[in-house]
Amino acid sequence: MRRILPYPVLSLGLFVASILLSASVAPPSLVLAVLLALLAPIIMLALGVDRVRLKAPKAMARLAIDVAGDIVRSNWAVSQIILGRRRHERTSGFIHIPLDLRDRYGLAVLAIIVTSTPGTLWVEYESATGRLLLHVLDLVDEETWVRLIKDRYERRLMEIFE
Amino acid sequence: MTEAQIPAWAAFVVVGLAVAGSALSLLGAVGLTRLKTFYERVHAPTLGATLGMALVLAASVVWFTVVEGRFMPREILIGLFLTVTTPVTLILLARAALFRDRTEKAKDMPDKG
Repeated sequence: MRRILPYPVLSLGLFVASILLSASVAPPSLVLAVLLALLAPIIMLALGVDRVRLKAPKAMARLAIDVAGDIVRSNWAVSQIILGRRRHERTSGFIHIPLDLRDRYGLAVLAIIVTSTPGTLWVEYESATGRLLLHVLDLVDEETWVRLIKDRYERRLMEIFE
Repeated sequence: MTEAQIPAWAAFVVVGLAVAGSALSLLGAVGLTRLKTFYERVHAPTLGATLGMALVLAASVVWFTVVEGRFMPREILIGLFLTVTTPVTLILLARAALFRDRTEKAKDMPDKG
């Protein structure tokens, strides 16, 4: 198994992408997709990239649903800010968040989540201390943001990747 | 281009999704001009890159599903690659700005981690 498919997640992704790109499930497209899925990981082997180990599919599903909801909510919130429909005075600012997540793929996914949610921006991560610097557009309470990132995203990402 | 015939309900759905998505992208562009500091402005275009993008892609999925009469969501790939590449640009911009501000010793800059 390991010899044929050193990167199962990558192989599956390539297979699905190839099928979607050729937009058919006819034999030629299937053969092309299988070839891609089998051959491309060889390059990755040569590069010596770390394997992704995904655990806890339940946590993955819950995280995906929560992130989708958060993206819609924060899109709405940022739209309101841009349109100037805010009652209270808005302050934006930087916050530091101490992260326990160390897996590089987990951190990459966290960076995508944070950046894809309008209103929060991943600015800097110090791998030596594990400290993350965020910029928040509507910073009401620092502690709430730290708790949100840690409880809602980081804990689940640690379940999935570590 | 040949004219495709699609039912009225599908046309409404496609137009509704596409207009909503482009409206969000436009709002992001407006935000670029309305917000005051660089760090605030970086937040605005993410409207178009997330929900705006998703709505336009959903419009495309509905259109091609109805016109071609089969479900082949190629748009998933566009969404996936946009989602994983946008943060790279945004983080690079933010870090460049932070580097500049720290070098110039601007006010209210966060300390190093």
